[in-house]
Amino acid sequence: MKHLNDFNEFKQWQDGLIKSRDPNARTIVLCGGTGCKATGSKPVAEAIREQLNSYGLADEVALRITGCHGFCEKGPLMVVQPEGVLYTGVKPEDIPEIIKETVLNKKIIERLLYIDPVTNNKITYERDVPFYNKQARMIFGDNGRIDPVKIEDYISIGGYQALAKTLAENNPDAVISMIKKSGLRGRGGGGFPTGVKWESCRKAHGNIKYVICNADEGDPGAYANRSLLEGNPHSVLEGMIIGAFTVGANVGYIYIRDEYPLAVELFINAIRQAEQCGLVGRNILGSGFDFVMNINRGGGAFVCGESSALMASLEGKIGEPRAKYIHMVERGLYERPSCLNNVETWANVPLILNKGTDWFTKIGTGDVSQNPWGGSKGTKIFSLVGKVNNTGLVEVPMGMTLREIVFGIGGGIRGGKKFKAIQTGGPSGGCIPEKLLDLPVDYDRLTQAGSMMGSGGMIVVDENTCMVDIAAYFLNFLKEESCGKCVPCREGIGRMHEILANICEGYGKDGDIELLEELAETVRDSSLCQLGATSPNPVLTTLKYFRDEYEAHIKNQKCPAGVCKALIHYKIDAQSCKGCSACLKSCPSEAIAGEKKKPHVIDPEKCIRCGVCIDTCKFDSIRIIPGRYNAAQKLKITN
Amino acid sequence: MESATLLTESPELEKVEAIIEKHHYEESALIGILQDVQKEFNYLPGTALKHIARQLAIPLNRVYNVATFYRAFTLKPRGKYTISVCLGTACHVRGGKKVVEELERRLGIKAPDTTDDRKFTLQAVNCLGACALGPVMVINGEYHSKVSPKMVEKILKSL
Repeated sequence: MKHLNDFNEFKQWQDGLIKSRDPNARTIVLCGGTGCKATGSKPVAEAIREQLNSYGLADEVALRITGCHGFCEKGPLMVVQPEGVLYTGVKPEDIPEIIKETVLNKKIIERLLYIDPVTNNKITYERDVPFYNKQARMIFGDNGRIDPVKIEDYISIGGYQALAKTLAENNPDAVISMIKKSGLRGRGGGGFPTGVKWESCRKAHGNIKYVICNADEGDPGAYANRSLLEGNPHSVLEGMIIGAFTVGANVGYIYIRDEYPLAVELFINAIRQAEQCGLVGRNILGSGFDFVMNINRGGGAFVCGESSALMASLEGKIGEPRAKYIHMVERGLYERPSCLNNVETWANVPLILNKGTDWFTKIGTGDVSQNPWGGSKGTKIFSLVGKVNNTGLVEVPMGMTLREIVFGIGGGIRGGKKFKAIQTGGPSGGCIPEKLLDLPVDYDRLTQAGSMMGSGGMIVVDENTCMVDIAAYFLNFLKEESCGKCVPCREGIGRMHEILANICEGYGKDGDIELLEELAETVRDSSLCQLGATSPNPVLTTLKYFRDEYEAHIKNQKCPAGVCKALIHYKIDAQSCKGCSACLKSCPSEAIAGEKKKPHVIDPEKCIRCGVCIDTCKFDSIRIIPGRYNAAQKLKITN
Repeated sequence: MESATLLTESPELEKVEAIIEKHHYEESALIGILQDVQKEFNYLPGTALKHIARQLAIPLNRVYNVATFYRAFTLKPRGKYTISVCLGTACHVRGGKKVVEELERRLGIKAPDTTDDRKFTLQAVNCLGACALGPVMVINGEYHSKVSPKMVEKILKSL
């Protein structure tokens, strides 16, 4: 790797790298993201190396291990280039056949192809898979084109060009005006216009300023930032260096979750490589601009996603937010002007500078030419998970409808079940019901529906998901994650959770719903930071759209979705039970009885509703019946 | 004074000292120091906390404050195997809770406790970021995807 001293040297090196990149080279692209690693992509990579060596192909066929492709559900994923043949669920024992048939003879191996769950058709090429071809993968698409540990790969697809140009032109105000015009808004969920934030930070007084990247992706159910950091760390780093130069900062921090060890490792590697090339450090490309980059690992506190809490944590303190009447861009980290953006926001910066604002503003909703809050521009990466057929990371243009995302890209609901709701925005967001499926997804419309963009979690739930349980789940999460500094959040969330938990356990009573609503309003209006202020969203949206479920729990002592253990019981369907005794043997509480080859029965008094029998039964004979067992009789006794 | 000398001479504290030195005795690196100490010992021993406070010249209660605020830290020794079951939203709606309950039943402990023989520590965690594969369970860094209550027995036996 060579040290680049000025803009021309960079340009020369980049031109060489672009030329050496042969689009028709035979390459096996293997996903090495966390999802595919979990499903076993590492032994697959070893098998490929071994086979390529034994065939003597190591020089002709390249193996590229990339970051996440997004379609984690079907991992390990492999794409054979240049044709773009997609193989899913690849195992080490498939490798000799893949090399022999597909790589050498260009033949397709049918059994490794992806099967569309909607049409049941086999699809050969990655570009034809509906999960991919309905997306707009501007940011995320590069993950499949580069090896994240090689800076050369990133530069060969145009990386660091925006930085070099910014430094050569030396006109920070022009950069700010471009970012402002592009209408880029904070991808962490707040949706604050990035250009406006940069401008304030540039104008703020002080010799020492900081740029910070928030990579503390705490929202349960969201992992887009992780995959971006693991798949294309240089794009985030480049965005940060451009931001630093623009606002006048010489020091940068990235705060990454400690639960993401691979992201930490790859980002450190990216910084080291950029330092060796002279893209981080002193006098970058001869411009006179210095930039140092630090990496901090988070301690696992959700509240540290809040900017002032994150900065406190960077200082080595506990992550308590402070009131923000003084903005962080004026007095943030160590009381100095600090410009904090999310991972995805930073990654958007080089893209906008390379492709221009006109290109960027064509994608998305609204009009941002006069007012940066006037619309939502560009794309957003969502983690589409839960009870949907195709789970994974999807990047879509702002304004795509929820229906298109869930049914077009996601392929609809698993197991032919009925869609119930989609939860967006993490614990601060809300549940959106079926009647709002045609809602175009952007910052303002999600907020109007009572939810929010958040950091991009989209959890699809079906008819077997209890909405009271979901609300209780989020409130429990928030109760544990509240830092405890202000009373409304610390006490209010706890009380709301107590009521919800009681309802789920069958102790709900008249007046609970009204009390929940009153508490929700108080917590929303009086909490110090956004964790508290948005915490009632899960309660308010489920109450707004699924009030009947709350009432069924309280008045009829029934969990209609069959989730809340106190309000359901199990029963064996005598018609379909073959009497195989598999459930009887697996039942941990010895609640199942019956003779071989005759229908078995469950004793509801002994049953702990653990679900092992449902897992075990091959004939799908165990039924979950909403309502307490013998509820009517019990009521009679107490009366 | 004598006991203090003894403490600094123990091989454990030498490791702690090396970690603090790596972080240049900086107060702002407290979280990073605690992370590294925990990595070394699998938990945060009380003597280590005292040593850190002394070496950074900060009150012990500030170290304790940080060590108990963040979820990543534990003041109790952990088992040989740390089983982390993800209860992020995606795993929750796919039945992560049932997996935790089954583990609690089989191990005879409640999350986040450790079995008496120090073999297993069970913890429920918020989102491990592998949402497409839920319910996810990680045992000492190894991922198990789409775990059902029925699979628990087999996985435990394989350890």
